[in-house]
Amino acid sequence: MRVSEAIIQIQHLSKTFGGGEDAVHALEDISLEIQQGEIFGIIGLSGAGKSTLVRCMNLLERPTAGTVLVDGQDLTSLSEKELRLARRKITMIFQGFNLLMQRTCLKNVCFPMEIAGVPSAQAKKRAGELLELVGLGEKAAAYPAQLSGGQKQRVAIARALATEPKVLLCDEATSALDPTTTVSILGLLKELNHRLGVTVVVITHQMSVIEEICSRVAILDGGSVAEMGEVQEIFSNPTTDAARRLVYPGGVSAVQMPESARVVRISFNGGTAYDPLIASLAIDCGVKVNILGADTRNVGGKAVGTMLLGLPAHPSEAAKALSYIRAQKNITVEEVPDYHE
Amino acid sequence: MSEFFISLFEGWGFLKVPEQIEYLSDFGALAFNIWETIYVPALATLFAYIIGLPLGIILVTGEEGGVSPMPKVLMDVLNTIVNLLRSVPFLILMVMVIPLSRLILGTSVGTAATIVPLTVAAAPYVARLVEISLREMDRGVIEAAQAMGCSPWQIVTKVMLPECRPSLINGLTNASITILGYGAMAGAIGGGGLGSVALMRGHGRNQKIVMYAAVIILVILVQVIQSIGTAWSVKSDRRINNNTKSKRRKSL
Ligand SMILES: Nc1ncnc2c1ncn2[C@@H]1O[C@H](COP(=O)(O)OP(=O)(O)OP(=O)(O)O)[C@@H](O)[C@H]1O
Ligand SMILES: [Mg+2]
Repeated sequence: MRVSEAIIQIQHLSKTFGGGEDAVHALEDISLEIQQGEIFGIIGLSGAGKSTLVRCMNLLERPTAGTVLVDGQDLTSLSEKELRLARRKITMIFQGFNLLMQRTCLKNVCFPMEIAGVPSAQAKKRAGELLELVGLGEKAAAYPAQLSGGQKQRVAIARALATEPKVLLCDEATSALDPTTTVSILGLLKELNHRLGVTVVVITHQMSVIEEICSRVAILDGGSVAEMGEVQEIFSNPTTDAARRLVYPGGVSAVQMPESARVVRISFNGGTAYDPLIASLAIDCGVKVNILGADTRNVGGKAVGTMLLGLPAHPSEAAKALSYIRAQKNITVEEVPDYHE
Repeated sequence: MSEFFISLFEGWGFLKVPEQIEYLSDFGALAFNIWETIYVPALATLFAYIIGLPLGIILVTGEEGGVSPMPKVLMDVLNTIVNLLRSVPFLILMVMVIPLSRLILGTSVGTAATIVPLTVAAAPYVARLVEISLREMDRGVIEAAQAMGCSPWQIVTKVMLPECRPSLINGLTNASITILGYGAMAGAIGGGGLGSVALMRGHGRNQKIVMYAAVIILVILVQVIQSIGTAWSVKSDRRINNNTKSKRRKSL
């Protein structure tokens, strides 16, 4: 199987809840492809339609229009029975874990195999192995009520892997966990993706989650895809408002009002940090610029971020500074036409 | 012995004491009445669950957005039937189902015949109790089961019923006690058991001691059913940390 093969293809998907005047257009004309073996992120603010989108991927929610192809199979054309079979290959974990509280951990992991008709002894053996895999081998006989949140999510992950899925959908899987536990669960997902080759779709409203494990990301805003691409690309140079709101939740704040006429946004796409740039601007061309705001972060081990610079009022000095910045590697410059605030 | 009681109760102003003591010390007759008080409601509870359990499940799974939605008209009809049956006072219902008892049992009088009205009265009540229990079910867990490819039948049998077991047991306790109470009332139309003893002897023949004794035995029965039911429900609930409790007990 080629790595670049699309495992999920969504074409012109729309979902409308209700009808008439109360109709909610949760998703509008979404098209996207998720590649076999990748970790794909879907990020958006609350109400953007993330859960609806992910629930359309296993048809827990039936799309109003469009098609959902999983592993080449058009889910929207399947009968209920065929759909139940298809769902064994595209499993899901949730923010609320959704474990069966009256069953032991082992029995929880056995559950999907029980449904699939796997003989009990075989299911138990595999469930034990899966619990080992997620690091909870010794909790087989414990009930979910006796576990911490992180442990519960590990059991849920083991359960989701029981039917050897090709895709693992994670709807806010770490949103109920503390930062340390979040990192360990994300680490586990990454490891499983690596070891088992399972494609992982991560739904979140947290930037940090996407940065931590995703290779590609789609930004969902008001029910449509605002931007989609490599995580590093999108985060280092967000071009839409929706993307900027997510990447810089606090907004790029103005430190000081510029006397300057022109404001530019420069983006660091990995490579050196920004501090030396301002210093060298002053040293190399004798131009002083105002830093109006800055936000940098670490994506995949590289420094990315943006900075708003107020150029000197004098046109020739401004041009000099601009051409100096343009000459730098890994930096893109974009003029901000109507800067105020 | 009995002379002591006779003079004791007569001293308290009770009438017809000797015949009452005679009845109460006839262990066979009393035991038979107690037995009737237990087996009639027990059978009625069983039949009420045979009808009410599936009905309660359908009331939850069949609604819009349920696991297996049914036509709205059908759901409305079911709900109306349940409500109608529940709003008819039991004494009137007993009279109303006399033809049904004749049809099923060939008779409408006697202890066994009260099983029919008891079942008819209790089934809709049981359906609502089951419905209430199943509504406690976390929707997320059902969704997870659907995402794993469970059929509606599997969701009911492998997810909803086992997950709601503690609450369903509480419902069963509740239903048995209510049906036991109805069963005592059935004494009024010729059913047997302690209810009829209390009515016929206590009220009809002014045997107040027998009446109090019958009531005391009923109270004890209710207490026993409630205690067993609660203990069973708690013991079966894995959300309560049973393991640590038993461990602690062992280490003490
Ligand atoms: N069953 C439903 N009926 C009606 N409207 C719905 C339903 N489910 C979702 N919606 C609406 O669709 C929109 C998208 O909801 P969705 O749950 O997908 O958002 P989300 O991005 O997952 O948000 P959050 O981050 O809060 O989970 C919202 O406006 C919501 O009110
Ligand atoms: Mg959501």
